[in-house]
Amino acid sequence: MSMIEFHDVNKYYGKFHALKNINLTVERGEVVSIIGPSGSGKSTLLRTINGLEHISSGQLLVDNFDLADAKTDMNKIRKNVGMVFQHFNLYANKTIMENITLGPIRVLKVSKAEAEERANKLLGLVGLQDQANKLPSMLSGGQKQRIAIARALAMKPKAILFDEPTSALDPEMIGDVLDVMKKVADQGMTMIVVTHEMGFAKEVGDRLVFMADGEIREESNHPKEFFQNPQDPRAKEFLSKIIHAD
Amino acid sequence: MISILTNNWSSLMEGVKYTIESSLIALIGSLILGVIFAMLEISPNKTVHIIGRTYVEIFRNIPLLVVAMFFYIVMPQFIPGLDGFTAGTIGLTIYTSAFIAETVRAGIESVDVGQMEAARSNGMTYLQSMRFIVLPQAIKIVVPPLGNQFVNLVKNSSVLAFLAGFDLMYQGNLIASTTFKTTDTYLAVGLLYLIMTMPLSYLMRYLEKRWSKNPQA
Repeated sequence: MSMIEFHDVNKYYGKFHALKNINLTVERGEVVSIIGPSGSGKSTLLRTINGLEHISSGQLLVDNFDLADAKTDMNKIRKNVGMVFQHFNLYANKTIMENITLGPIRVLKVSKAEAEERANKLLGLVGLQDQANKLPSMLSGGQKQRIAIARALAMKPKAILFDEPTSALDPEMIGDVLDVMKKVADQGMTMIVVTHEMGFAKEVGDRLVFMADGEIREESNHPKEFFQNPQDPRAKEFLSKIIHAD
Repeated sequence: MISILTNNWSSLMEGVKYTIESSLIALIGSLILGVIFAMLEISPNKTVHIIGRTYVEIFRNIPLLVVAMFFYIVMPQFIPGLDGFTAGTIGLTIYTSAFIAETVRAGIESVDVGQMEAARSNGMTYLQSMRFIVLPQAIKIVVPPLGNQFVNLVKNSSVLAFLAGFDLMYQGNLIASTTFKTTDTYLAVGLLYLIMTMPLSYLMRYLEKRWSKNPQA
């Protein structure tokens, strides 16, 4: 079974049609980048996958659970699907160590010692071993985002959703976060990444999805080719603007 | 005024004791009820929300004296042996809890919604997210306005005087009507209320400062 399947999914906010007939399948271990102009529904699409937004119609299967089914326990899905936010959303009242261990201790019922041992390994992975006892407010944006990735990994999820993980960062911080994301991708994690980092989409992503006006306008299994030769007129327009900005 | 204090020291202290006792019980009770009704108010479930909202709007908008009198005069028909002190303290608790619910609700809503989303995405249930992440942050935001509520509560406990609640105000009325030294008596009573409420004000100010420096303490 695939990790995530959208079948004719629609999402409305009142009269606004935010997602239009979305059909998308994400296989296990795949890294899918979602790009597109602001307001195209990328983040909304991502947030439906762990139930932060509800779909209005269609079918959405995550790890074989049907999200539209009222009997589906969202907590079970969220346990297996991590999320990294644009604005980090680290727990402001908890230390870095507690940020990483709270989920494993409270949700997975892992012992504190075991959770901390694993957290230390993850802090090593993201290169922030010496920050364990600090509060989030004492860290830079790039450091916060790396901690947020460690927090997601601590749950040993089957997939991680990234919602514009580098958009709120100073330019010199972006590289560190992308390096960590690349490491996670190399370990075989299923990742869905809404991003404006075309380099990441081109080099790390296995697949690319271009969205505009709530629709998937183009999908490519060869991101590099997409960037050289987009088919959809909106994609052409979007890329021409981005490339000029580069 | 000194003679009023010395001549009536034991009855005034008796009054202080009842005032503190009633205020303490109402403080704990209204904090618990207030947090519960704040949680109901912000519930995504419509029915639950309406229950919370109704409670708050009713008790916030009826005079305390009416609420207290209701428990003193009406409730003993159903619960025999409900004395003035108990009835007054229940009334005080319920009345204050409506204000605390509003304060706590505002505090919860001022915590960035991303904190709840992160906690839910981390696999925690709604209640776990509230307990470990949102409420601890909300409480700190809410301490200064809550402090005001607690000072108000001590002052409002004087409503017990109307219900034969033996509190400080009740004793004061008694002393004034027997000695006819009304000025001195009410000055002394006012002074004793000040002695109770001022430290509370300063404690709240201290906590506010401390927590603003260190969000984890």
